[in-house]
Amino acid sequence: MSAAHDHAAHGHAAHDHHDDIGYHATVKGYAVGFLLSVVLTAIPFWLVMGKVLPASATGVVILAFAAVQMLVHMVYFLHLNAKVEGGWSLLALLFTAALVLIMLSGSIWVMYHMNANMMPMDPQTMRHMP
Amino acid sequence: MTATAPVFYDDGSHHPQQGTLLGFWLYLMSDCLIFAVLFACYAVLGRSYAAGPSGADLFDLPIVATNTALLLLSSITYGFAMIGMQHGRTKAVLGWLAVTGLFGLGFLSLELFEFAHLIHEGAGPQRSAFLSSFFTLVGTHGLHVTFGCIWLVTLMFQVSKMGLTHENKRRLVCLSMFWHFLDVVWIGVFTFVYLMGVLK
Repeated sequence: MSAAHDHAAHGHAAHDHHDDIGYHATVKGYAVGFLLSVVLTAIPFWLVMGKVLPASATGVVILAFAAVQMLVHMVYFLHLNAKVEGGWSLLALLFTAALVLIMLSGSIWVMYHMNANMMPMDPQTMRHMP
Repeated sequence: MTATAPVFYDDGSHHPQQGTLLGFWLYLMSDCLIFAVLFACYAVLGRSYAAGPSGADLFDLPIVATNTALLLLSSITYGFAMIGMQHGRTKAVLGWLAVTGLFGLGFLSLELFEFAHLIHEGAGPQRSAFLSSFFTLVGTHGLHVTFGCIWLVTLMFQVSKMGLTHENKRRLVCLSMFWHFLDVVWIGVFTFVYLMGVLK
């Protein structure tokens, strides 16, 4: 819709040279991304299902694997880099990531302390709460 | 109102190809915030079992692993569709899109099976705060995949009717971002909800 509008508004041929929509995928990129994500998925499942490490260590390790795998997906599947849309895509992502980080860590931190300061209550009492 | 014609110093020649892809990316970022809020909810409520079942009692990791595999495979088959698009091969695009859609449907049916099983066992969303936040988070992701599948079928019809026009290519790129984005969210779901839920 907007591209059609652009063409009508500007009448520029420059807007659709080679019908280029600014998207360049390669078989190699997808293959590398896929192999990496298979490995990065399989290891956390193996760690949890095989009970390889103590539970607390496993939690930290699989979170780290998830973070790396998200980056792999961003780079190889979403084709994100500093040049896409003149850097605006990356900037929007970084801004979102900052918001998400503040929101997640803030919520968990605040609510953890709220819970810790609550009056202890057994499930039986809890069930008869108003 | 004066009659002077407005003068535009920006003739548009330095613009990106179109604003759609950036706009769609911004939409995805806002969608990311929705998921972040739901993740935060789950992080806060995920251990409030109300004397009900916990994740370790309920989650069936082989099903989750299968679901993850289906979604990963659908990502690479969508990638093959995009590569077909770049080479202008309509039939390859349609074929790979169909395969992607089937993986998506497989994912959805497994997830619905899991949900039905949980509800049948009395572990529905009303059972505890943990299950409410679980169903909201995972259900929202499933809803996104559902709409992705509908969009995918729509695009298959459009591509088969009109071929790989400029507009259709743009739509295919948008759906590819949507589809891969859902895969990124799923990484968070299977790690934070399922794997870490089973740990304790």
